[in-house]
Amino acid sequence: MGAGHHHQIYRRDDTFVHRLPPHCKLLAVVAFAVVVVATPRELFAVFGVYALLLAVVAAAARVPPGFVLRRMVIEVPFVVFAVALPFIGLGERVSVAGMSLSVAGLWAAWNILAKATLGVVASMLLAATTEPRMILLGAQRLRLPSLLVQIAMFMLRYLDVILGEMRRMRVARESRGFAARDVRHIPVIARSAGALFIRSYERGERVHLAMLSRGYTGSMPVIQDVRASARQWATVALLPAVALAVLGAAVLGTGAL
Amino acid sequence: MHVPDGFFNVAVSVSAGAVAAAGVAVCLRGARRELDDRTAPMGGLVAAFIFAVQMLNFPVAAGTSGHLLGGALAAVLVGPYTAVLCMAVVLLVQGFFFADGGLTALGVNITLMGIVTVVVGWGVFLLISRALGRSRAGIVAGAFIAALVSVPASALAFTLLFWIGGTAPIEVGTVAAAMGGVHVLIGIGEALITGVTVSTVLAVRPDLVYGARGLAAPLVLRGADGEMTPVGTAEPAPVKRPGGFVLGGIAVAALLAGIVSFFASASPDGLERVAEDKGFLSAATDHALGELPLADYGEAGGIPVGIAGLVGVGVTLGVGGGLFLAVRRGGRARADA
Repeated sequence: MGAGHHHQIYRRDDTFVHRLPPHCKLLAVVAFAVVVVATPRELFAVFGVYALLLAVVAAAARVPPGFVLRRMVIEVPFVVFAVALPFIGLGERVSVAGMSLSVAGLWAAWNILAKATLGVVASMLLAATTEPRMILLGAQRLRLPSLLVQIAMFMLRYLDVILGEMRRMRVARESRGFAARDVRHIPVIARSAGALFIRSYERGERVHLAMLSRGYTGSMPVIQDVRASARQWATVALLPAVALAVLGAAVLGTGAL
Repeated sequence: MHVPDGFFNVAVSVSAGAVAAAGVAVCLRGARRELDDRTAPMGGLVAAFIFAVQMLNFPVAAGTSGHLLGGALAAVLVGPYTAVLCMAVVLLVQGFFFADGGLTALGVNITLMGIVTVVVGWGVFLLISRALGRSRAGIVAGAFIAALVSVPASALAFTLLFWIGGTAPIEVGTVAAAMGGVHVLIGIGEALITGVTVSTVLAVRPDLVYGARGLAAPLVLRGADGEMTPVGTAEPAPVKRPGGFVLGGIAVAALLAGIVSFFASASPDGLERVAEDKGFLSAATDHALGELPLADYGEAGGIPVGIAGLVGVGVTLGVGGGLFLAVRRGGRARADA
């Protein structure tokens, strides 16, 4: 909780990862995340291979490691939860540095940290190599309900406008000496939120009328062709396929033992 | 609150996804009634507004701050269907564009933060605002209590899911107590902000508050001779009948009450149990060691956990599906009438 989303993650570049069709990348990332989540937590080496795979993708997309690490802060609230698990978990306990920790809780903490980190990095790589607009075109191509995609498109277009409005209101508050320090200041923030809603809604109505007068009929025209060739599909499928193969090999290997 | 990957097992993630998809599908139809042809642009605007408002951090107690979930606020301002859609879009955008919230946990996130907060919030809002009479005070009080209840409800739903298919063994009572406690605090902040925000909008543009539809007096032209002519023959938007949503709200509230009371009685028990475990295990490590591989095996095979997950999922689907059916039927009956 609490981490802001002030800027999007997209990094303009022109690597082949950037050029891959968006819907292929979307599917690949989701498939990869599913494979990661389905991996038994005892297979340490497999998680290492997953991390290596992501590192290869990042290198191919020329996304520097520092860029990824800095944006990992988003994970922090749940890291706190994961760290608490060994203390509140049930079952057998071990003593580590004088603290009594639950073995099952330790396993669970490792499980959450590893999978959450891999998931965050994977979706971060998607966001870093694909323009938000293109991600939505990809979603449309994947037959997501068009109304949902359109709401998301309008949301992206309005986002900076509303955030700008909110920033100006904050500047106005602060330049009058206001700082939200305790509960008594909540009404001020809430009245700002109310004003923000009215301003945004009225602006939205004006924009909508302007759109209607310019011929908007309920859907935005698609002017970009995002079809994928078989080769691009094959390239994109590499990530989840290799992950799945490694997982399969590992499970078979331990099963044979 | 955004749940990352790896928190829930695959069964729960998939079935929460199914619940979320069903909920969004129902709301896609319902939202057209709430916003008619403006659904997409205004929905996008409300989604952006919620996204922005979620960044408003407010002080809760000394040192800690929370931020708005916004489900109850959105439901009161723009109506429950649009609210669920907008919350879902916000969560999708956060998951895909900001890497906030796991992709496999999207279903869980949409169910918890979109559907649970909005359905609980709207149900409570209808109950309270109707009980207090349709007045400004009633609507503000309704919004306040709706927001107050929706946040701990979402936290408890999270605990319930985690208990069914979480990847960690926890004493459900203690976690529910902790989650509930923290989120009651956050809920108070959420309630204050929601109440004051709704009252601000009501004061300036009462026509923009969905929950206050039918509140405005009909416009009347008063002639010089005292003759009264009603203007604006366009029917004011029909007041939402309580029907399915109130029933749903009652069901959820009853469920919640049941869970809350269960946890309330269970939490000292949980503490006792942990204490017992601690004392007990130092003496009997042997037994615990013997038990561990079995537990491990079960987890690796995924059978007991998976089945528990599926059972929970069935219940969730049944409850969710029944609720949405009820809501839809209510909606259809209204459209026919």
